[in-house]
Parts: sequence; C-alpha cells; structure tokens
Amino acid sequence: MDRIISTFEELYICCTKYNKQIWEIAQEREAEQAEISINEFRAIVKKSLDAMKEAIKNGLHSKEMSMSGMCGDDCYRLQERYKKQHALFGSAFEKITTYALSTIEENLRMGKIVACPTAGSCAIVPSVLVGFSDELNIDEESQINALITAGEVGRIISNKVALAGAVAGCQAECGVASAMSAAALTQLRGGKIEEILNAMALAMKNLLGLTCDPVCGLVEIPCVKRNPFLAIHAVTASELALAGISSKIPPDEVIDALEQTGKLMSPTLKESSQAGLAKTKTAIELEKRLLK
Amino acid sequence: MKQSSIIDIISPIMVGPSSSHTAGAVRLGLLARNVYNAKPQKVTFKLYNSYALTGKGHGTDKGLLAGLLGLPVDDTRIKDIFNLDIAKEFEYKFEYLEDFNRHPNAVDFVIEGVQNMTISGDSIGAGEVVIRKINDFSVKFTGKYNTLLLVYKDVPNMIARVTNSIHVNIASLHCDRFAKGEEASMCVCLDGDINQKVIDFLGLIEDVYMIRYIKKLDN
Repeated sequence: MDRIISTFEELYICCTKYNKQIWEIAQEREAEQAEISINEFRAIVKKSLDAMKEAIKNGLHSKEMSMSGMCGDDCYRLQERYKKQHALFGSAFEKITTYALSTIEENLRMGKIVACPTAGSCAIVPSVLVGFSDELNIDEESQINALITAGEVGRIISNKVALAGAVAGCQAECGVASAMSAAALTQLRGGKIEEILNAMALAMKNLLGLTCDPVCGLVEIPCVKRNPFLAIHAVTASELALAGISSKIPPDEVIDALEQTGKLMSPTLKESSQAGLAKTKTAIELEKRLLK
Repeated sequence: MKQSSIIDIISPIMVGPSSSHTAGAVRLGLLARNVYNAKPQKVTFKLYNSYALTGKGHGTDKGLLAGLLGLPVDDTRIKDIFNLDIAKEFEYKFEYLEDFNRHPNAVDFVIEGVQNMTISGDSIGAGEVVIRKINDFSVKFTGKYNTLLLVYKDVPNMIARVTNSIHVNIASLHCDRFAKGEEASMCVCLDGDINQKVIDFLGLIEDVYMIRYIKKLDN
C-alpha cells in the first residue's frame, strides 16, 4: 500500500489503482501506522461518532445560556419554529440546522462535544452526517465510513494548513469542516471518488477568505450561527458535485489557495478579536458589559 | 512533511467551548500534576494574555484546576469544578496578567507543598500544549509522548548514562542547565514505554536530584 498520501491527487490515484473507496484506503493506512487492527481503528472512529450523537441529543433539550449570557437558546427557537411551520427545504434541512445549533450550543455551555476539526467548528460534520443519516436511516457502518472520509479530507488539508483560526482564519476551521462534510455527504449518497473530491473542493473554494473575528474573543459570535450556515453550504456543494459539476480549480490547488489566503490574511482577523465583527460598536459595548 | 492522523482531526472528545482555552488548559493541568507528582497545599494559577482576557468565558480557569486535579478533557464535571468536593483538596487562586514576552495562551502553575515548584506552559492551538519551564529550567514536552524528566548535577556522561539505560526509541531530547557544574535538566520524549525498574535504576544514579516519568495523555 502507498503509505504516505499527502495530496488529494495522490489519494485519487491510490483509490483508482487499488479500486478502493477513500475510507478503505484511509482505514488500512491508519490501522497500519498505529499498529492496531482495522476493527480497532473503526472502534475509535465509532467512539467519536457516538459522542457526536450524544452532543446533538443533549443540545436539543437545553436552552441554558453560555457563561457570557450571549448565546444558548437559538436551537430552542429554531425547533419552536419548525413545530409551527416546516422548513422550505424539507425535513432533512430541519434536522441539519437544528443538529448544528444543538451541538454548537452544547459546546458553549461546556457540554461534551467532538472537536472536528476544532471546537468552534464542532457542529458542521455531525449535523450533516447524522442529520442526513437520521433522515434516510443510513446504517452505522456507512456512517463510520463517511466519518473516516471526512477525517481523511481534514488530514490532507492539515498537512498544508494548520486547522486553527489563529493561523489561517475561520476558513481553516469552519471552512474545512464544511469541506469535510461535503465529502462525507457525497460518499453517503453514493458519489464516485471524483465527485467526493469535487464536493470537497467546491465547498472549500467558496469559503476562502473567511476570517476569525469572534466578539469578546469567545467561541460564540459569529461561531454559533456559522455552524448551521456552513452545514447547509456543504449540502449545496454535494448537490452540485453529484450532478457532475466539477471544481475547475483542482482540489489540491484550492488548498494551495487556502494556505496562501491564510498567510495573507491580516493578523487582526485571525482569532485576535482586533478587527471585523469583534471591533464593531455593539461588540465593544458587549465587551465592556462582560468585563464588569 | 510530518503527517497527522485521521484521529487527530475527528477528536478529541472534550468539554467545550475551546480546544486551546478549555481542552488545552485541562491538558496543561494534567501535565503539571504529573510533573509535581505530590499533593499540593497551595496553588497560584497565573494566566497570561489571551488566557487572562478571555479565559473566564472559555472556562480556562476551570480547565486548569480540573487538569491539576486529574480530570480528563471530556469530564463533564469540569463545568462545576469550583463547587465539587475534589476541588477542596488544596487552596488555590487565579491571577490574570499581561506579558507580551509570553505566548498568547500561557500559564504558570505556582505550586507550594512538600516542595515548591513553578511549572510553565503554553496552549499552542487546536488543543496541543507544551510545558516550557520547570522552575528555572527550560524543558519541552507535549504529552504526546511518554516523557522522562531528570534534574541532576551537570557532570560529564550523564546523557549517555541515561540514554544507555533506555531501550526504546527516543523521539526528542532536550537539555538545559543553570551553569556549568550546577543543576541541569534533561527531557527525553520516547516512542515507546519504559518500566518502573528502569526509572528506579535511573533515580539511583549519583547526582540525579529528581526524576519523573510523565505518561502521554490519553485524549
């Protein structure tokens, strides 16, 4: 097996050469490197998947506010609305958006979540993966396969770009989470390897330049609402890719652009709360109130 | 290029809200606990820069204390740690400071007890942490590897004597000293595990003042 896969092109070539799915290639390599069996590796992935489902469940039943008091009851509001009027795009849309809010709100009230890839972007992969799986009764093994593929996408990106807002802005946190979700969803829907990689590239491409400018330096504003937005963003990318629409810029070059954009982004917009939303008039007032 | 693993991307399972400010804080506390290796009587947590400014909203203070008490990053008791009985084990207080020579997310654990020790570390992003200093010695370990830590008299052959006794691969080695012939420190990160016999043997070497074996963090 070609053990080192550092780019999406290498991944594609490897999948084609051995006629295997992304998750198959990935789990064989991961098990080999960690000196564990494939089943042991899948058990670790299942543990993360189970923790994601637990976070969704816990968040759906809470409206406890964060320590700052700024966020925590949006999932409740959204569920109340869906009780009265269904979402325009149907029940899958309802599940994905409510699961995203429930997870990210669990995070801000110090509940247990899975950093995937980070805590501030922890709701995107679970909401897409579990939301879709609940909607269509997808079996657990397929969900694990999809989470492995999401992880493989994140891993390849992380070889070039540190997945941290302080290094490359939110494009490297929520942006990457959305790209991971697009790949996972496309696989769950039976997409071919190139469609999975195109979905990843399409999602990522449309989030380049996304800054990290949290109000009061907390993982709350705009992080909470960004999670459901970028979950749906992943669905859009998947729909396009499954239609055979490709990213004219190949996946690896999109990641090159992500890296370059991260480097060029002003440090004031990289988790330092010195510009953008964090320095708006209202944000400054919120900060004053919080420091009291 | 150093390769990461899929598990790094889809974990840790942790209590929120921030990998650097919450999970990282717990991990720093866990490492400090293993370095100190005794029951403290009094602890002062000095939080710097971003840790000081946004620490409260992120539960950084709770995370540092919870880690020092041995709670893992996914323990839901972290949220209420200040009210728990286990938090009455020792006296503690928090200080919030600014020092731009320090990392944005830096902390000092000033521990008083059977011995007084100051342990300093940084949370460097995505939940990864580094212990940088113990008292006046610079050290470097992350909790990703089993780590052997020694403080000894700066004499010839000490590094050889230590490494010759360890029969596992060394991932990194970091040494420092106060002055020639004075106190020195050695930080050996290992790919594998060593048993207590080896540690006891190393502890018996003349001129070794302190030895700690810090197991890698689980999560």
